[in-house]
Amino acid sequence: MKTKKKFDMWWGVSIAILLLYGLFMLYPLFKMLIQSVFDNETGEFSLRYFQQFFSDSYYFSTLFNSFKVSICATGLTLLLGVPLAYIYNLYEIKGRNFLQVMIILCSMSAPFIGAYSWILLLGRAGVITKFVKSAFGITMPNIYGFNGILLVLSTKLFPLVFLYVSGALKNVDNSLLEASSNMGCQGIKRFFKVVIPLCMPSIMAAGLMVFMRSLADFGTPLMIGEGYRTFPVEIYKQYVGETGTNHNFAAAISVVAILITAIIFLIQKYASNRFSFTMNALHPIERKKPGKAASVLMHLYCYGMVAVSIMPQVYLIYCSFRNTSKTGNMFKEGYSLMNYQQVFETMGDSIYNTIRICGGALIVIVVMAILISYLVVRRRNLINGIIDTLSMVPYIIPGSVVAIALVMGFSRAPLALTGTAWIMVIAMCIRRMPYTIRSSVAILQQIPITVEEASASLGASKFKTFYKVTVPMMFNGVISGAIMSWVTLITELSSSIILYSSKTITLNLGVYIMVSRGTDGKACAVSTILTLFTVLSLVLFMKVSKNKEIAL
Amino acid sequence: MNVEIKISHALKKYGDNVIIPDLTVDIRKGEFFTLLGPSGCGKTTLLRMIAGFNTIEGGDFYFNDKRINDLDPAKRNIGMVFQNYAIFPHLTVKKNVAFGLQNRKLPKDQIEERTEKFLSMMKIQEYKDRLPERLSGGQQQRVALARALAIEPDVLLMDEPLSNLDAKLRVEMREVIKEIQNSLGITTVYVTHDQEEAMAVSDRIAVMNQGVIQQIDTPKALYQRPGNLFVATFIGRTNVLDEEIYEDTRGKGVRFGNGFLLPMENLMEEARAGQKVKVSVRPEEFVIAGQEAEGVGATVEYSTFLGLNTHYIVTLDTGERVEIIQESQIDDILEKGSKIRLQVKNEKINVFTEDGSRSLVR
Repeated sequence: MKTKKKFDMWWGVSIAILLLYGLFMLYPLFKMLIQSVFDNETGEFSLRYFQQFFSDSYYFSTLFNSFKVSICATGLTLLLGVPLAYIYNLYEIKGRNFLQVMIILCSMSAPFIGAYSWILLLGRAGVITKFVKSAFGITMPNIYGFNGILLVLSTKLFPLVFLYVSGALKNVDNSLLEASSNMGCQGIKRFFKVVIPLCMPSIMAAGLMVFMRSLADFGTPLMIGEGYRTFPVEIYKQYVGETGTNHNFAAAISVVAILITAIIFLIQKYASNRFSFTMNALHPIERKKPGKAASVLMHLYCYGMVAVSIMPQVYLIYCSFRNTSKTGNMFKEGYSLMNYQQVFETMGDSIYNTIRICGGALIVIVVMAILISYLVVRRRNLINGIIDTLSMVPYIIPGSVVAIALVMGFSRAPLALTGTAWIMVIAMCIRRMPYTIRSSVAILQQIPITVEEASASLGASKFKTFYKVTVPMMFNGVISGAIMSWVTLITELSSSIILYSSKTITLNLGVYIMVSRGTDGKACAVSTILTLFTVLSLVLFMKVSKNKEIAL
Repeated sequence: MNVEIKISHALKKYGDNVIIPDLTVDIRKGEFFTLLGPSGCGKTTLLRMIAGFNTIEGGDFYFNDKRINDLDPAKRNIGMVFQNYAIFPHLTVKKNVAFGLQNRKLPKDQIEERTEKFLSMMKIQEYKDRLPERLSGGQQQRVALARALAIEPDVLLMDEPLSNLDAKLRVEMREVIKEIQNSLGITTVYVTHDQEEAMAVSDRIAVMNQGVIQQIDTPKALYQRPGNLFVATFIGRTNVLDEEIYEDTRGKGVRFGNGFLLPMENLMEEARAGQKVKVSVRPEEFVIAGQEAEGVGATVEYSTFLGLNTHYIVTLDTGERVEIIQESQIDDILEKGSKIRLQVKNEKINVFTEDGSRSLVR
């Protein structure tokens, strides 16, 4: 409410944040844009890379492939996730809390680990493939390429839809459903005519989220895609590939990628604005007991889906305890902890790196998110409006593009950060901050401003009010958000794979490296350690967050 | 520490939207002053201007001789009670009350002593180590009040502090507030839209509408001698009738529709014979008389028995519907369709100009 144009501490904070965004986000992106429009041989302005990309069907098809797989994955996750959320929130399901934890766990490992595990299960030499072949003589369908990517992405991303739609259903007042039944609209009809429209804003938000993640994901197609080329992979190959790298061309593809995601983002924003309305449930939905037959089907559906999705992770944990050959390439009879032993001997650093790099990023993210959300919610002005917009930009930039832009921006003195842990921290901050800022903003908006006014009228200065009243009140929400961020940070791959050096290998990168070397045993062990980290974080989250609401 | 609040020509705008055009008011030392008006009349806006949470676009605000327009809210020495209490949910009751004292860097023992004093004054000592979420609405209200008073403010501001409580608690709390204010003698500005609440606690009330103060007076004067038609209708219930002034040899009075002449001794000089006026007759200012008596003819439509009083809705012979309140009698209630005559207590009723802007009664 206070709009006096007095200069105080917060102006300094605004300007500092603006400068940080300028230096670490806008400047590298600008550098990348410049690179994309200059010929790397003649050094002159040219659009030939863009021309090349759009005229050569080899490159252009990567774009088409990405779209195809992302659209299919989005459709499939919605198809799977929306009914799951509906059943979970409207009916009595046995073991609700357990089910929810499992659903969340499904989404919490890096997609490429899922892809890798599916290969172990269903690949050419996979356990299930071999078993089915020897037992029934049936050849399993090919898992590589489009089908595999779709399988991995949808089993990985349906929890997102589940969480979004569950959140929406929690705000649906029971009386809306009763009124609908009262007027003769029940069952399936009510699902389509009342429930779906009520959840539409969340469904669209979830859809966008899934689409963006599928589009930007590059670990999965790299691992299981084989001949099926998507453009994040192409960017990676053009940038760090073994043969014929072309940085300018990679920059050009990146620019195209950003433009496309920006357009999709804007379309979604426009569409969701048309659907937007606010709901607040006075009486939350009362869960009903379904009929016997329906109950069995519902349990089968819920637990079946979770079982399928969690199977790869469980299998990896199982494999991590198997004996391997000396080189680590083959599994042998018997079980032991030898994989773990080897991992701790050779990769102890990676655990330390994970804590150091991801922890550092997490602290920066939390501090920045609190400050930015305060500026955006409580002190609206032009500069903070710009900060608000800037903070949303990373939504539309794929991780690999962030990484390439950072390398282009900071490979030379005075800011030669390439290869250091710093650049990975920066990349993680840029990637993750929008989500943490959004949730902090939501938390702050829920805190009535009168509480801060009360503090001011009791003689506390602005700064004191902020750290004595505002921050403590936000803290619970921010901490639970931070734990979720932590989980996504330790499973981050797409930017770190471009930015890492031998000194900054994290657990997640460790799995990737082990897999690419073919040392399956160690890969399984590292990924199990990673899963353990995730589960512990989740348990911590459940303890900290009172309402047990989980948002990604 | 007692302070007089002087506001002259206050102006509040949001963009081009003027909320308070030009407002002047003096609030006396130690007074319990209430801003009363329908929602959206600018009463909370004015209160927040005094508190320093709203900017002031024009005019001067004084605490005694000190101009406070640009003073930081933290430095105005104000105790404020908010509609939603605004208690810090992460602090215990005791820490909430001590919060303002700690900001003044008082010595520890003094903080302790004053906190205890106000905790016991508000009768919440036993909850002092609880978190606010475990308190009932009334208890939270007490914490908010104790917190506001603990800093021994010059001015106590309250923004609809009782609106979140249930009816019974509201009555109880308004007694508490009134009592505490009386004993501390602190200048208090209170905002409410509930006129009964305002009447119960206030020394003086300012009735506001559309950013303009309609009248400032004691509760009794506001009720009995409202300055204009808005105040007459907003404070209490009333029947508004379109009538005419007459004048004969004995003096002036009001001629009712069916020719009934009501002589009045307190009409102003400017009231001229034949002038069209609005007459405000409160339900209890009618007297029901038999059919043979003098008065305005009417027919009973229906009645509501409420114990102490009986309400009648009747239709005058001129077609207007009015409400009458009578102390309940032991004999039968008048039946629907009964023909009656109404007399009017001429010393109590109010007469306004036809546009309702001024009273014609001395």
